[in-house]
Amino acid sequence: MGTGTGLGRVRGLGSAKHGGAHWVLHRMTAVGNLLLLPWLLISLVRLPTYDFTTIHMWLAQPLVAVPMMLLVISVFWHFRIGLQVVIEDYVHEDGLKFASLTALTFYTLGAAAFALFAIAKIALTGTPN
Amino acid sequence: MAQNRARPLSPHLSIWKWGANMAASILHRVTGTGLATVGVLVLTWWLVAAASGQESYDYFLGWAAHPLGKIVLIGLSWAFFQHLATGVRHFVLDVGAGYELNTNRFWARMTFVISITLTAALWGYLLFVKG
Repeated sequence: MGTGTGLGRVRGLGSAKHGGAHWVLHRMTAVGNLLLLPWLLISLVRLPTYDFTTIHMWLAQPLVAVPMMLLVISVFWHFRIGLQVVIEDYVHEDGLKFASLTALTFYTLGAAAFALFAIAKIALTGTPN
Repeated sequence: MAQNRARPLSPHLSIWKWGANMAASILHRVTGTGLATVGVLVLTWWLVAAASGQESYDYFLGWAAHPLGKIVLIGLSWAFFQHLATGVRHFVLDVGAGYELNTNRFWARMTFVISITLTAALWGYLLFVKG
């Protein structure tokens, strides 16, 4: 291993082996979003009204609650990867980059937990009268 | 350093103009970031409000029906359609197609046409047909 140029220091080490998986997951979740978000949009447009009871009864159905949970997972995973790329492109100071990526992870997992819990609660406790 | 200041320097970083393809690329990032922040917070708020009961859901609905809320929702739907269009364009570019200058510019322009058309169709239907 050389100590001179940047190329000399990394030559022979091989790739970090993680970049490819990250890139593929970004596309895979994009395909998930491409299926699930038009489903959500068309379903919402087709609902007669958007009041509490209508939305509750709609979300409580297994055929809605489960795709909705999958949507949350796919969308949140996708934006977590996307925002990570944005941060890595524009935040170059190590400390600030670590703090930004930590905040992004907490935001993603926190919001995902709230969203998934909300869907589960509606689906499992039924519509209040 | 003796240098003629008027001499043009490669790669002419200050000499450029907006093109459809660079606008599409930047808009993909901007709309993605907007959807990941504002869009995700609105989606999560909607779900949590629906799970929390009538009162908190009506509070959400009040904001959604407010003119300001409407502007946010219309903006989010446009951002979604734009990100969707440029995202599908990225899939095409990922497989190595669509790099010829004219084709590339044409589809970059088409993403704007598609996102604006779909946004207009959605809200035209919601506001004027459905009422």
